[in-house]
Amino acid sequence: MSMILQLDHVYKNYSRGKTEVPVLKDICLEVEKGEYLAIMGPSGSGKTTLMNLIGCLDVPTEGKYILDGKQIGSLDDNALADIRNQYIGFVFQNFYLLPKMTALDNVALPLLYAGVSQKERRERAAEALKAVGLEERAGFYPNQLSGGQCQRVAIARAMVGNPQLLLADEPTGALDTASGNQIMEIFRELSGKGMTIIMITHEPSIAACANKTYHILDGQLITTGKEAAADEEG
Amino acid sequence: MENIRLAFQGIWGHKMRSFLTMLGIIIGIASIITIVSTIKGTNEQIKQNLIGSGSNVVTVQLYQDSYTYDLSYNPPPEGVKVIEESTREVLEGLDGVEQVSFFTKREWSENVSAGSNSFSGGVFGVDRVYLELMDYQITYGRTFGDADFENCRKVVILDKTAAATLFPGVYPVGKTIEIKSEAFTVVGVVDKGASFAPTINSMEDYYMYADTSGGSIFMPGPTWPVVYRFDEPQAVVVRANSTDDMTRAGKSVADYLTANQISSNGSKVAAEDGEETEEAEVSGGSSFSYRSEDLLEQAQQLQEMSNSTNQQLIWIASISLLVGGIGVMNIMLVSVTERTSEIGLKKALGARKHRIRIQFLTEAAVLTSLGGIVGVVLGILLAELISRTNGIPVAISATAILISVIFSTVIGVVFGLLPAVKAANLNPIEALRRD
Ligand SMILES: Nc1ncnc2c1ncn2[C@@H]1O[C@H](COP(=O)(O)OP(=O)(O)OP(=O)(O)O)[C@@H](O)[C@H]1O
Ligand SMILES: [Mg+2]
Repeated sequence: MSMILQLDHVYKNYSRGKTEVPVLKDICLEVEKGEYLAIMGPSGSGKTTLMNLIGCLDVPTEGKYILDGKQIGSLDDNALADIRNQYIGFVFQNFYLLPKMTALDNVALPLLYAGVSQKERRERAAEALKAVGLEERAGFYPNQLSGGQCQRVAIARAMVGNPQLLLADEPTGALDTASGNQIMEIFRELSGKGMTIIMITHEPSIAACANKTYHILDGQLITTGKEAAADEEG
Repeated sequence: MENIRLAFQGIWGHKMRSFLTMLGIIIGIASIITIVSTIKGTNEQIKQNLIGSGSNVVTVQLYQDSYTYDLSYNPPPEGVKVIEESTREVLEGLDGVEQVSFFTKREWSENVSAGSNSFSGGVFGVDRVYLELMDYQITYGRTFGDADFENCRKVVILDKTAAATLFPGVYPVGKTIEIKSEAFTVVGVVDKGASFAPTINSMEDYYMYADTSGGSIFMPGPTWPVVYRFDEPQAVVVRANSTDDMTRAGKSVADYLTANQISSNGSKVAAEDGEETEEAEVSGGSSFSYRSEDLLEQAQQLQEMSNSTNQQLIWIASISLLVGGIGVMNIMLVSVTERTSEIGLKKALGARKHRIRIQFLTEAAVLTSLGGIVGVVLGILLAELISRTNGIPVAISATAILISVIFSTVIGVVFGLLPAVKAANLNPIEALRRD
């Protein structure tokens, strides 16, 4: 299988006042198309920071990040926006739906930025909503939906543009177990269709849904493999 | 389009806040519209009152020092020649002059009567073109013919007022009137063309047109000496090529006449030196000159006066617009802060900077142009109210309205720029982190 992304000795520092604080240290990671990974680690270890780099929301301080053959580090704001729009679907812990838009409009948003016509946007958004089982809630506003439903709308939004990579930062963090399982079911389906998924989570049971688990500790990617996760649990 | 819809949605979502933000713009635009409408109304009235509309006529008269020389009470001015017919061609060759007409007059006539009715308006001795140039139209009878001039016939034409005074309820043509015991036959009645009629709105206006509003009697110029004097220098009516030429045409005719019609009999030396051409010395030590009674110039002076006071008002109103603009900027900055996570999300989903910028600029511009439109409506209502209560004329200017609305939109764009740029440059991570 071909590589979708590659992090090559990546460092990320944040400047706090005058001192540079290293958050990610010497990360090397290769992800192949269609992989389903989980990333675990304690709070403050740099999971979200890593996710932001992979999601092209930020660029590394040092090291190379190559996404689908493109070197990301040197791109400007607008180019990064285009890459995000084209390659990446985001699912956040607290959904981030726009409260003044209906579920359908929320889902259609990335297509707007991709320059898709209004008619097609509506069709594709409706399709995506159907895929997460919410076709009847298309006209609802986020405050009329439950947490689990909101997250499914967010997933529909993440997949509506057929991105190659789905990034989820604690997608079940705000949900009860039942809703969480529903989300995992959807992820499993997407993965089955060949979508690459990288998911951050605190819960081992959720991480267990992935094919592979990485651990991050104090900014360093330390262990890989499903077995390692199992060891830690024990 | 989508942005405009969104902007309205946003504004509607914060009705009170949006209204308060617009208030500065509303007040600014409303005051500007009110002021401009009042200025324009006043100016148009001044112009109409003073020059009628579209007549382009300037009167050039003989002045002694700074007063018109009235031949009713004064002897013929020494050293001032009667204007010869040959001068007409010279005057009409001057820059901006279309046509000239010579006339003599008594502004307040005496001993004019028809039976028991007496008349005290103006009596004019006119040349062949006068009535036409002054835009008089024959309503009854006929105008003067060549024979009237050549034979110095004792015929007169009355204007409507004179006819009504001397012959109330009687058809005047063919009747006889007496001027200083001489019998004159009325051959026609004239009326001023509509375009020439000045508007009388106040006592000042009334005095200004007292000579015409008291009525006028016209006789052929050559007949003038039968009742008045031979050697009276005429006044000149100048029709300019255009309204803008009026001042220039009047001045050049006046200057030419002063230079060529007035000879000095007091200090010959000075005249020969080529100096003293403007004003000639006469024995009494006083000087004569021809001057154009330039109504347009007076009108312009009055207009400038009203303009300059009102321009100050416009400045003050502009300050209110500036304050309004700053208010808009302030509220847009607040809005950017409030919507940080919305902006962050949109950027994360792939919105380019430009799109975010346009969104906020549109919102600011819609906000201010709404304010502008409300301001225009309010301004028009205010102007109407002022004209109703104070009797000040008001002319609503379409250009002013258009400019106001465009200008308020521009204010939105200008003052919305900083918040919009700030929004567009938000770092999506920071924006998403805050919640
Ligand atoms: N913009 C920033 N400026 C300075 N320091 C930052 C910034 N963003 C993150 N950090 C620091 O980087 C470290 C890692 O943050 P990150 O959000 O990646 O942690 P995390 O693993 O996602 O934690 P959690 O599980 O609580 O979400 C933290 O110590 C944080 O203080
Ligand atoms: Mg995190």
